[in-house]
Amino acid sequence: MSVPAAEATPLDAPANLRELFFAFNRLSLQGFGGVLPVAQRELVERRRWLDKQQFIEMLAVSQVLPGPNVVNLALMFGDRCFGVRGAMTALAGMMLAPLVVVLALTALYGQYSHHPLVSGALRGMGAVAAGLVISTALKLLGTVRHNPMGRWLALAFAALTFVLIALLRWPLVWIVLGLGSLAMAVAWRSLGRSEGPPP
Amino acid sequence: MTGAELLGLFGHFLLLSLLAVGGAITTAPDMHRYMVTEQHWLTDAQFTSSIAIAQAAPGPNLLFVAVLGWNTAGPLGAFATTAGILLPSTVLSLWATRWGSQRRETRFVRSFTNGLTPLTLGLLLATGWILAEPYVRVAQYRWGALGLIAITVLVMVRTKASPMWLVALGALAGVLGLV
Repeated sequence: MSVPAAEATPLDAPANLRELFFAFNRLSLQGFGGVLPVAQRELVERRRWLDKQQFIEMLAVSQVLPGPNVVNLALMFGDRCFGVRGAMTALAGMMLAPLVVVLALTALYGQYSHHPLVSGALRGMGAVAAGLVISTALKLLGTVRHNPMGRWLALAFAALTFVLIALLRWPLVWIVLGLGSLAMAVAWRSLGRSEGPPP
Repeated sequence: MTGAELLGLFGHFLLLSLLAVGGAITTAPDMHRYMVTEQHWLTDAQFTSSIAIAQAAPGPNLLFVAVLGWNTAGPLGAFATTAGILLPSTVLSLWATRWGSQRRETRFVRSFTNGLTPLTLGLLLATGWILAEPYVRVAQYRWGALGLIAITVLVMVRTKASPMWLVALGALAGVLGLV
């Protein structure tokens, strides 16, 4: 398989904090309904600051960590370029402008919320928001196939979490600490069984 | 809102930050439990419309946290929730990235990830449920809302269309009185 010329050329890097700030500012302002797809296009394809493999690895780590995935990705990338200052710069670039936009929308909405057209539009967008979250879950449902604890056990943990949170409204902290620890213990056992004892 | 309540809000979001494995949106059900059911700071409709506003605007989805805070206690509330959700995970993230990047393949890190991914799936579905419930419960909006949810899921799973168009479609359906 031939390697395209673009793949072989060395990667670029942000020249300074200013460039880093505006790169994240730009990708964040393009992200309607999610920043991750835009981040991939900007960082990997347009600016060539990361190759695909590096991007996927960073994303994997940012998903393991608590906190918003794209925020963790920005922190990690900034940290890699300029240390803690870089991490803060990338985070600020990603958050500040969209924060102003969203709060301006909120303030406007407060004034017009009783207008039937505005509340109707928000109702429609709210239903779409629910649909977007549900479809994200459905797209990721396939990942249980690769779970070492086995597909059915993983689905059972997912279903139990859904019932406890959505129907019984238990506090999240107990579910992550209780059910989460149990799930991790099950995964630990399954990993040990499939790979033999750790060296 | 009193200073103590504001501090409580900040503290709750500090805790949620550490529990948000799989994205801030997975903690939305717990924010709902705390802010709507327990403290009565927001109504069901205010909660869902806060998330809808954040979806309609560009930027990370986590900005809905700032809108929730703003609707609870104005600018100070927005600061409390946003700083709360960002602070612990940022510190932990920076520390753990350096620690964990060499240990990605170890049994400990792998059981951590694989144990938590099923919970993340359940949490995402629960979030969808809690967002949809206020509309689906009201007979007047039920079928319009279910229709929009079904269209959204179908388009998102089957095509690569941007969510932006679906958000616009939802707004249009609402303006036309279909939802």
